[in-house]
Amino acid sequence: MNRASLIFAALLLVAFPLSLLAGRVWLDPATTPNAALILAELRLPRAVLAIVVGGGLGAAGAAMQGYLRNPLADPGLFGIAPGAALGAVTALWFGYSASAWLLPLLALLGAGGAMALLAAIAGRTGGIALFTLAGLMVASLAGALTALAISMAPNAFAMSEIVLWLNGALTDRSWREVAIASPLVALGIALLWRSGHALDALTLGEPVARSLGIDTRALLWLLIAGVGLTVGASVAVAGIIGFVGLIVPHLVRPFTDNRPSQLVLPSALAGALLVLVADSIVRILPLVTELRLGIALSLLGAPFFLWLLLRMRRGLA
Amino acid sequence: MSLAASALTIDGRLTDASALLERGRITAICGPNGAGKSTLIEALAGLLAPDAGTVTLDRVDLSQLPGRERAKRIGYLPQTHEIAWDVPVRNLVELGRMPHADRNAAPVDAALRALDIAHLAERRAQSLSGGETARVLLARVLAGEPEWILADEPLAALDIAHQLALLAHLRAAATVGKGIVLVLHDLAHAMNHADRVIVLDQGRVAADGLPSEALSAATIETVWKTGVQWIEHDGWRALVTAPRVPSS
Repeated sequence: MNRASLIFAALLLVAFPLSLLAGRVWLDPATTPNAALILAELRLPRAVLAIVVGGGLGAAGAAMQGYLRNPLADPGLFGIAPGAALGAVTALWFGYSASAWLLPLLALLGAGGAMALLAAIAGRTGGIALFTLAGLMVASLAGALTALAISMAPNAFAMSEIVLWLNGALTDRSWREVAIASPLVALGIALLWRSGHALDALTLGEPVARSLGIDTRALLWLLIAGVGLTVGASVAVAGIIGFVGLIVPHLVRPFTDNRPSQLVLPSALAGALLVLVADSIVRILPLVTELRLGIALSLLGAPFFLWLLLRMRRGLA
Repeated sequence: MSLAASALTIDGRLTDASALLERGRITAICGPNGAGKSTLIEALAGLLAPDAGTVTLDRVDLSQLPGRERAKRIGYLPQTHEIAWDVPVRNLVELGRMPHADRNAAPVDAALRALDIAHLAERRAQSLSGGETARVLLARVLAGEPEWILADEPLAALDIAHQLALLAHLRAAATVGKGIVLVLHDLAHAMNHADRVIVLDQGRVAADGLPSEALSAATIETVWKTGVQWIEHDGWRALVTAPRVPSS
């Protein structure tokens, strides 16, 4: 475990109990009525889910930036999140939102479909440019189909449900979502972590990585599976939560020696921390209806992205 | 103990090119721009699948060799100096150990010393000058202790002192039995430092032999379409170019 992992693990240990207490009603275990029940059935699963979702998104972002050798890469760009969203939207369109397992199942199928499409188009050659273009095309196809579903929603209720769901949130999530997402995300992070040394070799470009014995095609499959599991499972239980995969690796990089392999695990921890804190903040904010987590993180993420571009422009000029 | 290309044809870039390379020697690959030099060295490194023909290492088809086994035996340095992330120099050089899956510090330190960059080990890649970057990237190849070192234009970013130091180092490596294959633009370096020169022209082998034969003024005139003359001083040769007067 490197220094960055220790720092973010420690911060996470501090933030976790605080987030259990934080909310519209601050929990005082001694005086709040039904404190134990609120904790066990509402706050705890929500906090655990925030950690699972954030961890998966952070690790996926770190691995994708390493693979594409580009600090502006976001796992959302590569079609898997839009694919999963399309699956979930399909469930909502047909009015299956009340069914406990159908929505996450269809979302996972959507993510799997996007992964299969990516692998079919780009998996044979293992080229980075082809993979990026294929991802963008899968993303825009899934996005277009989602927009089509919204415009042809059977009723206003379904439409509002879809739009709300697309702005991801962790509101009212239970242990069921934790049970669905955690094994998939854990497996995905393990695959991404395993790709670390190959990502290090890619620092010197694809020909050198291959000359060092890296099988770039196997690496691509590993990444598609890893990102598919982490991002697909996250979208399946929480909807679209953007910018985590983009921001987190940047926040973590200064604490590492910049090697991609050193970034995956601390990015998982920092992603967990970011989503946990952001979700606590949207609970505390004194608004009539709770601010959707996806919207809050985009409000945070877009200015960050602009700041990043400005900084890079100065560096390049 | 040989690396051999036989009748390689690759996508219009190489046509029926054959070359038998031996260890313990410095072989230079020369030719005008677009002649197929980089393609040939990439194919010899096992990074390009030929449309026809084979590359063999000690009579074993390179494409049948597992990637890591090939990587242990053949080190490859491309022409471009891409370093995507601002990582410490030592970590970059350590990447050379990847095929061995160890963190053996001795060959890494030896490579850093050999290229006169031990003092840069803790620096970040993006703080290096062009010449320092070139030496760091070659040190990465040396750290892997391969039998073969295949380098595409390794002298391009170096000043004259570091060019000669690097050539001396490669000579020392050849003396202890390594096979050195270099793409060189500077024909005088090829003439003075290589044991053998392969001249490519439009994807075909135009000449192959001792430097004095393969790089004769007549061959250069034919392949590069430039009139030249070699002048000799103390056993070293220098190239003097004479612009071609258009014939009327």
